[in-house]
Amino acid sequence: MTAPAIELKGISKAFGPVQANKDISIRVMPGTIHGIIGENGAGKSTLMSILYGFYKADRGEIFINGTKTEIPDSQAAIAAGIGMVFQHFKLVENFTVVENVILGAEDGALLTPSISKARKSLKQLADEYELSVDPDALIENLSVGHQQRVEILKALYRQADILILDEPTGVLTPAEADHLFRILDNLRKEGKTIILITHKLREIMEYTDTVSVMRRGEMTATVKTSETSTEELAELMVGRKVLLRVDKQPAEPKQVVLSVKDLRVTDSAGVERVKGVSFDIRAGEIYGIAGVAGNGQSELMEVLGGMQSGTGTITMNGEEIDLTGKFSDGQSRRARGIGHVPEDRHDEGLILDYTAWENTIFGYHRDAEWSAGPLLKNAAIIEEAGAKMERFDVRPPIPSLKAKNFSGGNQQKIVLAREIEKNPDLLLVGQPTRGVDIGAIEFIHQEIIRLRDEGKAILLVSVELDEIMSLSDRIAVMFDGQIMGERDPAQTDERELGLLMAGIAGEPDKPDWKAVEENLEAVEHGEAPKHG
Amino acid sequence: MDFMTILQVLDSTVRLAIPLLLACLAGLFSERAGIFDIGLEGKMLIAAFFSAAIAYTTGSVWLGLLAGIAASLVLSVLHGVASITFRGNQLISGVAINFLAAGMTVLIAQDWFAQGGRTPSLSGAARFNPVTLPFAESLQGVPVLGPIYYELISGHTILVYLGFLTVPLTWWILYRTRFGLRLRAVGENPAAVDTAGVSVVGLRYAAVLICGVLCGIAGAYLATALQAGFVKDMSAGRGYIALAALIFAKWRPWYALMSTLLFGFLQAVALRPDLIQATIGIKVQVQLLDALPYILTVIILAGFVGKAIPPRAGGEPYVKER
Repeated sequence: MTAPAIELKGISKAFGPVQANKDISIRVMPGTIHGIIGENGAGKSTLMSILYGFYKADRGEIFINGTKTEIPDSQAAIAAGIGMVFQHFKLVENFTVVENVILGAEDGALLTPSISKARKSLKQLADEYELSVDPDALIENLSVGHQQRVEILKALYRQADILILDEPTGVLTPAEADHLFRILDNLRKEGKTIILITHKLREIMEYTDTVSVMRRGEMTATVKTSETSTEELAELMVGRKVLLRVDKQPAEPKQVVLSVKDLRVTDSAGVERVKGVSFDIRAGEIYGIAGVAGNGQSELMEVLGGMQSGTGTITMNGEEIDLTGKFSDGQSRRARGIGHVPEDRHDEGLILDYTAWENTIFGYHRDAEWSAGPLLKNAAIIEEAGAKMERFDVRPPIPSLKAKNFSGGNQQKIVLAREIEKNPDLLLVGQPTRGVDIGAIEFIHQEIIRLRDEGKAILLVSVELDEIMSLSDRIAVMFDGQIMGERDPAQTDERELGLLMAGIAGEPDKPDWKAVEENLEAVEHGEAPKHG
Repeated sequence: MDFMTILQVLDSTVRLAIPLLLACLAGLFSERAGIFDIGLEGKMLIAAFFSAAIAYTTGSVWLGLLAGIAASLVLSVLHGVASITFRGNQLISGVAINFLAAGMTVLIAQDWFAQGGRTPSLSGAARFNPVTLPFAESLQGVPVLGPIYYELISGHTILVYLGFLTVPLTWWILYRTRFGLRLRAVGENPAAVDTAGVSVVGLRYAAVLICGVLCGIAGAYLATALQAGFVKDMSAGRGYIALAALIFAKWRPWYALMSTLLFGFLQAVALRPDLIQATIGIKVQVQLLDALPYILTVIILAGFVGKAIPPRAGGEPYVKER
């Protein structure tokens, strides 16, 4: 019997009082894809950091291919044949691909020989595993998908036999993710061992051979993927039954709340980001906008939220609203009944160094309810904040805690509580569940549906196609600043939407992958798409 | 203005640009590795003092140079310990170094030599003397090229030639060696260097030490080549001007040469108010001329000369993320 590629025995690691990993044991056989799944803070990343030499385990042993191995630093991990693709790429942006690949793995004191050797080897790897990247391109000019390939190439160039990928598809389009899994499959066929860390159950079910579930620092189960189900995995992850599908009644749309006509937005660099977008949203429906990040959705949200200026007409409840930004801002939009849950909660949704109660009134802080002249009614705000936090299941429900001390899901609930409790006619929601745990996702989705059922209009922007498909009553796909088309969620599928997201309409059965890739690349560089 | 006068101005441009150039390249190494260093000024000053003091006591300018470099290195290590090991604020550490150097040099000078915070004048082998390049005398008669060779190219101290050689050397190290690749990487994204299994701390210390050596040479040049001895605050803001030149040069070696020559030229012009008057026909206040390099510095720092993108990880202590 072959020895496992990786075997961990009784790994424990504590950070102060927090036990990040508790007595974890795991065996991964060579030539397999092993998934590790768990919520944020379950200890997945800590475990992988121990394997990559970032932390030293307090207790426990690591065996690589049957040999007991000490991994005190990254150098040792690389020497043991372990390569890691981090969620946030570790690339030098203004270096070329080949420079990034050789960094730390140069052959001698001079660069030229290393570079020419790496060039040859990159070409070989590209042919072998569908990993083609221009070796002389600067990283900052590459799409995210290509940057990720560079990370994989870095590991392979260092002769890695074991590849760890941390949330690899979080930043990819469906087409790019498909390509990634083709690459991983090629690697598996060559006998490489792959550890896939993710929170997406679908990926685990589709692509892994075995899967381990982590919860609160412990390994709760390791099973063959073919012998489990998404429901079982979700329950193991969260520790209770989770509703994976969103339960909702058909929408009952009423009068038009928001009407957008020929909206155009030009950014500070003079590039037109939104190129003539028109749509209506009715009371009691969720209008979902899908699309790869950077195709104008953010700018659209910012204009609607009063953070950016634009041209065109927007009417809210029949009244036209100012788009020049001269007579309006986020606060006046809120006064018009537009609530806004921004895409980036850290930069736009919250002030992380402020307390939770302070964060529950931003944008509404001049309301008579919260302020008297220049003074805030602190006692009233704190009391109300506590109540809001209870209602929205924010844990812990302590208003005086700073926003940065809450987990991602709880931070998002604070923002939602602030916007929803003001009872807006229209709620703009951007990336509501980015970096949010499965348990919190369930709650957030239910809140959005509840708001819809109360007869509010909701504009949902998300890069998570699953989310768009399960929540929306109508789906629009944005590409290159335009709406490529509207679909009924009941009559479309991921494949069709994925192609629309790449700017390709029609023929979903025979996708032209090259066209998809070229289009995405072109838009990323601010050029016109090549295929329509 | 005749040809000879132009040559004289250019000649003093070269002499005045060299300390700026060395300090600028010193800053380049440090900042390319992600360690901001406003302590260039202090390091030059302390090197100036110790080089003059040791050159005077031993009678050997080379020992003086070594002493200057050593003194500058001590402050570099201090900056390294504060900003790399203890992840302190790099600006504060730099400011502290400048104050330390300004106070210490005068204090020790007074204690050792009792001449009001200066060293005695250096002469002979205790100073770097001009080197006459081969054939400079005999070729002097050749029209145009002869005087250029004799006045402008020949007749500088060895440190001037060394300083100019540092430019291609720096370029070569940065762009053609493994060390240079890693150095540039650590200033842009230390996490990339760390995950590649290379020590971020080691690279940054190396950069800070190179910075110390170059500042040491720059300071020694001030006291033992440009002047004949140390006087209080003789670095006169050159460390800050070098930083401005570094931004102007967008952190690139050849541009650094150009920008420090420009600053050197302004300083050279300030020494010849008579020429200005003869050229533009208006008498310009000497004080205004003296202020020119500093005014240009302010203009550069205010960002009026195009966008300069500093190394992305500059000024940030590196902490491994969890």
